[in-house]
Amino acid sequence: MTDSTVRNPMIPVSEGLSGPMAASEPRSAPRSWRGFLPTAQLHEYGLVFALAVITLFFEYTTGGVLFQPLNLTYLVLQNSYVVVMALGMLLVIVAGHIDLSIGSVVAFVGALAALLMVRFGVDPLTATVLCLVVGAAIGGLQGYFVAYLGIPSFIVTLAGMLVFRGLTQALLQGASVGPFPEVFQALSKGFLANFAGPWTAVLIALGLTTSLVGLNWRRRQVRVRNGGPADSPAAFLARNGVTTIVILAFAYQMSDYRGLPNVLLVMFALVMLYQFVTTRTTIGRRIYALGGNVKAARLSGIKTERLTFLTFANMGALAGLAGLILVARLNTANSKGGVGFELDAIAACFIGGASAAGGIGKVSGVVIGAFIIGIMNNGMSMMGIGSDWQLVIKGVVLLAAVCLDVYNKNNRA
Amino acid sequence: MQPVLEMRGISKTFPGVKALNDVNLTVAPAEIHALVGENGAGKSTLMKVLSGVYPHGSYAGEIVYEGHPGRFRDISDSERLGIVIIHQELALVPFLSIAENIFLGNEPARFGIIDREQVYARARALMATVGLHESPDTLVTHLGVGKQQLVEIAKALSKKVKLLILDEPTASLSETDSAALLQLLLNFKDQGIASILISHKLNEISKVADRITVLRDGTTIETLDCRSEAVDEDRIIRGMVGRTMANRYPVREPKIGDLLMEVRDWTVHHPIHPDRAVVRRVGLTVRRGEIVGIAGLMGSGRTELAMSIFGRSYGQGISGTVRIDGATVDVSTIDRAIAAGIAYVTEDRKQLGLVLGEDITKNTTLANLPGVSTAAVIDEAVEHRVASAYRSKMRIRSFGVSQQTVNLSGGNQQKVVLSKWLFTEPKVLILDEPTRGIDVGAKYEIYSIVNALADEGRGVVMISSEMPELLGLCDRIYVMNEGRFVGEFPRAEASQEAIMRAIMRSKDLNG
Repeated sequence: MTDSTVRNPMIPVSEGLSGPMAASEPRSAPRSWRGFLPTAQLHEYGLVFALAVITLFFEYTTGGVLFQPLNLTYLVLQNSYVVVMALGMLLVIVAGHIDLSIGSVVAFVGALAALLMVRFGVDPLTATVLCLVVGAAIGGLQGYFVAYLGIPSFIVTLAGMLVFRGLTQALLQGASVGPFPEVFQALSKGFLANFAGPWTAVLIALGLTTSLVGLNWRRRQVRVRNGGPADSPAAFLARNGVTTIVILAFAYQMSDYRGLPNVLLVMFALVMLYQFVTTRTTIGRRIYALGGNVKAARLSGIKTERLTFLTFANMGALAGLAGLILVARLNTANSKGGVGFELDAIAACFIGGASAAGGIGKVSGVVIGAFIIGIMNNGMSMMGIGSDWQLVIKGVVLLAAVCLDVYNKNNRA
Repeated sequence: MQPVLEMRGISKTFPGVKALNDVNLTVAPAEIHALVGENGAGKSTLMKVLSGVYPHGSYAGEIVYEGHPGRFRDISDSERLGIVIIHQELALVPFLSIAENIFLGNEPARFGIIDREQVYARARALMATVGLHESPDTLVTHLGVGKQQLVEIAKALSKKVKLLILDEPTASLSETDSAALLQLLLNFKDQGIASILISHKLNEISKVADRITVLRDGTTIETLDCRSEAVDEDRIIRGMVGRTMANRYPVREPKIGDLLMEVRDWTVHHPIHPDRAVVRRVGLTVRRGEIVGIAGLMGSGRTELAMSIFGRSYGQGISGTVRIDGATVDVSTIDRAIAAGIAYVTEDRKQLGLVLGEDITKNTTLANLPGVSTAAVIDEAVEHRVASAYRSKMRIRSFGVSQQTVNLSGGNQQKVVLSKWLFTEPKVLILDEPTRGIDVGAKYEIYSIVNALADEGRGVVMISSEMPELLGLCDRIYVMNEGRFVGEFPRAEASQEAIMRAIMRSKDLNG
């Protein structure tokens, strides 16, 4: 399983999820026009490169275990919730805020799900919907303090972190609650049925990539017609070609174990959705404007308070979903769930190039950031590095990523 | 007489741009030397070379300061020798007191313990010199821009300044504060301090400058000596733009139509002090195709009036009515004001007008995203077309519409802000200091745009501290003072004297 055809394409997986969309994203300055790569692009290439180096490093040090179908599947199951939370965190950070409470919200919603399904026998679908609503309500409550009362998000969510950790403990009374109904467990442990034989995963991936490349091509054509910034045909082919190959190889490798995990599909759908929301919709545009210059945004008629509120509510809902995914995978809810999750999500955003000052950040970057963290967690565990040094290394990587980003920005000015 | 400063053959290259090319500048002792030129002519770059922001070795040419070669590695090098630069954006710490700001980084102290006696004594002396009558304990945030400027100058004096460089010191000052500041420069001159004054306000320059050096496109064009020949504004402009500008204001034949907007009994109270009225029972009318000016001193309530009409973006306890086309409109929030057909172009385009990190396209459509979207999804092609159309209509100079607005010159930034508001299809545009900090050539373009807007049948309300600009452009001018309209002049009757008289008379009335 360590032959090179499998190894190489693995590298920019996350670019495969969002790379082509990001590539034609309008934020970046003109490209082919002036013959230079704008910094936004450089950063993106730098990220993919970093992910590649890290991946190859662990592939080498673990003796090829990293890419084995079992481990690959495990990697997805273990890290999907980081991606889910990081998507919400991206919007919060772009809006110029931070949310420290999500680890506690994950635990709280997980505990709530356990009580509803295990203790009270609520059917899984109703319980899931209810839990997402509660997550959104928690996020919205905190967002209310931030947006309408003007209390710094750092403080509000720090309070939320304590409050919801405490409430989790109160809910569970020190017990671990489980097991969950099988239907619910399928959220994290289930796989898409191989309805089309062993090649199902590859076929699905093929369908997805074809439609992605098609959409990108159409978008590029529109830009070319209107004189907007667009890739040259060669660059377009290279980007999309590599992406397609990576996704297909990834799917092929996964199909060798049990196929595509349900949670991967959920994650993929969310990444696509947030990519779309951040780049193509008015609400996404307004969040960036809000983070870039809140006064100018307000004077442009944007309801900045409501937008901030919604950003936090969205974060809460996604934290709720992450809580569900977590308890479904562990098959039990306890009061220690989700400790430190907020840090993974925040780190993914900053490694992925989001600016702490707000207004800057991309879905593609965040996904790559989440993968860098995930692969480091996974690889270091396999290498037998103790959790003490894992923390140190992760901290250094986060700092280094942000330093590099700041260095790039200063050089541009 | 040996000059204080001689900059010889200074050249400075940035990647792809030659910002300065063989520039020469000589400043004599006790001289006020004005440095003029359009934005991008290289004034600021030259001053950064002088003060050591660009260290010795990063430029070509030489600096001779007080007879010695000046090779500054950083700002502290030049400051130690008495070269102090005061930037346009003030560098004060808002929540420290006046005295603390004056001695920041330079505190009179023994073994790291600040000598408070000395701080107060010296701060008082310096404040007296610059004419700042405040307690040294007052926090800087509680001062107006004019007084903050004085704190900066006091800070410079505390460093034993020999050559004072002021970058656009009066850009955000009222006429009275500006006059006081210029008088201060003249006092310094008597004490033997030389100064370099960078300004776009040519009338001020011709008033105080001994010599004027004109820069254009990074080269020295000429140095005019005001003591040997009379130098008037037109003469300076000729040097700056390289041609004679027959008219500083484009000619327009006003086509004034029906009543478009009427504001009645508009009263606004201060956002923090609810009992303080900032705007008192103001009534204002604008007709189609009319440019209406609002003159007044800084702090007279003009911006507050405009912003409170624009969706209550300023103040509280707002009362009064706004009618557009005869019907009362709801302007209680900004998006409603926009929907009613009002646009407000802010006086502070960097802080309030633009999202500087975003490109021209995104700034252009920000106030009217639905105009380029279907069902909340932005149509990139349409958006790109809109931005490109405004870019060419406004003649915004940039590399396409994907350029970040932070990299544009002031004039081009202002055009982007104007584009943004025009794209909301406003009936009435309120322009607040639309040409502040913009060079002469770009000003003319902005004036032409304003004229064109009026000719399209829109109403324009223009707030400006530059009276010649109001007189040159407006069909009618209101005079505002201390929150009230204290005069109204049709174009034919308006003059600087009449406006100033109206202000002074109202002051007498209010005691």
